[in-house]
Amino acid sequence: MLKIKNIGKNFGGVKAVDDLSFNVDKGEIVGLIGPNGSGKSTTINLICGVFPVDLGNISVDDQNISSLPTHERVASGISRTFQNIRLFKDLSVWQNIWVALQQDSDQSSGWMQEWFGNSKLQKEKIKEILVFSGLGDRFNDLAGNLSFGEQRRLELARAIASKPKLILLDEPAAGMNSDEVADLRQRILDLKKLGLTVLLVEHVMELVMNVVDRIVVLNFGKKIAEGSPENIQNNKDVQKAYLGGA
Amino acid sequence: MEYYFGILQNIGFHTLLGLSAYLLLLTGQLSMAQVGFFAIGAYASGILTVIYGVNIFLALGVGAIIASFFAFLVGFPALRIKGLMLVIATIAFSEIVRLYFFNLRWLVEKDGVEVGPDGAQGFREIRYFAANGWEPYHIVSFIWIVVILVLFALWWLDRVKAGSVLRAVGEDELAAQSSGINLTVVKVSAMTGGGFIAGIAGGLYAHSTTYVDHNSFTILLATFAVAYPILGGLKNVFGTLFAVIFIQGILIEGLRFLGDYRNLLFGLLIILVMNFYPKGLINIPIFNWSKLVKRRDL
Repeated sequence: MLKIKNIGKNFGGVKAVDDLSFNVDKGEIVGLIGPNGSGKSTTINLICGVFPVDLGNISVDDQNISSLPTHERVASGISRTFQNIRLFKDLSVWQNIWVALQQDSDQSSGWMQEWFGNSKLQKEKIKEILVFSGLGDRFNDLAGNLSFGEQRRLELARAIASKPKLILLDEPAAGMNSDEVADLRQRILDLKKLGLTVLLVEHVMELVMNVVDRIVVLNFGKKIAEGSPENIQNNKDVQKAYLGGA
Repeated sequence: MEYYFGILQNIGFHTLLGLSAYLLLLTGQLSMAQVGFFAIGAYASGILTVIYGVNIFLALGVGAIIASFFAFLVGFPALRIKGLMLVIATIAFSEIVRLYFFNLRWLVEKDGVEVGPDGAQGFREIRYFAANGWEPYHIVSFIWIVVILVLFALWWLDRVKAGSVLRAVGEDELAAQSSGINLTVVKVSAMTGGGFIAGIAGGLYAHSTTYVDHNSFTILLATFAVAYPILGGLKNVFGTLFAVIFIQGILIEGLRFLGDYRNLLFGLLIILVMNFYPKGLINIPIFNWSKLVKRRDL
């Protein structure tokens, strides 16, 4: 469903992403790994439209999204979480979800009703998403007052609220202990059960190796390997990129 | 009595100006253009009642729409700049407006006298209220009805999704975009709405003072407009109201007996308040008096 074709991005002469191509199929969990500075976050930002690609194109379900602004990419089914958590900290937990909540297309109530109305249905949806994300008892707290693990879950919940087909997770396990990583793994598998497609950027191999169907490895902005977790673990190029040396 | 009416009127205009800046600050835009919109509202509605003999309500409405149209236009370039650059750009806008009215001569003869804006001489004899038999307490009540309506509208905005969206944009533009929010629509709408409120305030100001000139619309007033919501806090609309009462009612009027020392104390008190209540006056415990100021629960 996500097709990335020969994309490139330069930052002042540095090739952050260089002629990168890969696909993510529907319902798949794909891991995107690589050493620091290998272009993983840049790739995520290119897919979301935080900045435009210099070369190549990105399409979702055969719709070319390379030149769409970020919010329209959300509407076409891409949502994300951030490496450093970016919640609306002065809004309450449920308002964080409300902001991102997309209406069902079969609901023809119009934007006036959505933005200025007070719909019971929206509230039910928000509750449902928060309960699903394990935040059922924190509806009315300020997002900034949540614990670190809860903030990560709320960010994931907000990403679900925009009704994505594809979720991009940018280092969701950063700073988590092993219990929290196990919980996160279960949540990512739950996303798959919902029929969502996941692209996971992650350094924590304990998570990546146990959750993904396929891995794409980057180094210096280029793809150096692609395959199942077992294949990648035994790949000489990958070992060299991570460990350096001969 | 006239003196107190005067203070009440003044607090009314300043509250409206502060609320127009508040709406923009919710989306993270620090705008010094509010005084420009205020001036446009003042001159436009004054010209309508004085030269065209239009009814005051219609004149205020049309004046506010004209001001909000200019705000809409300012909204687009404002999208691309932030922080201090936006402050400078909006100061430039307000100065352009002020200098335009400084040079605007549009005199028309009515009943043997020349009326209308007269350049540096200002725009005199905006006498709709007196000519139509409004008493001072009518005028004060009218101004405060408008203030309360605007306060209510902005308070209500926080009860619906639009309010959360405005605040989300103000907190983190990238996260807001990534949640599917169109920044252009949200920020330009806020600017337009802010222009509308400032435009009404300008119209009310022109008609109750009966005289405006370019000196009524200096950058000092724009500074006050943004100072109120910042000092009052953005938690809800009442912060801005308290800040206006605190500055205009207590610091400026209440300390008049101190003479020139007032200005020293004025600055000191503002510094103290900002140090003790960095998130605004609204967080002083005595102001948590009602359910109105509480956050909305799910």
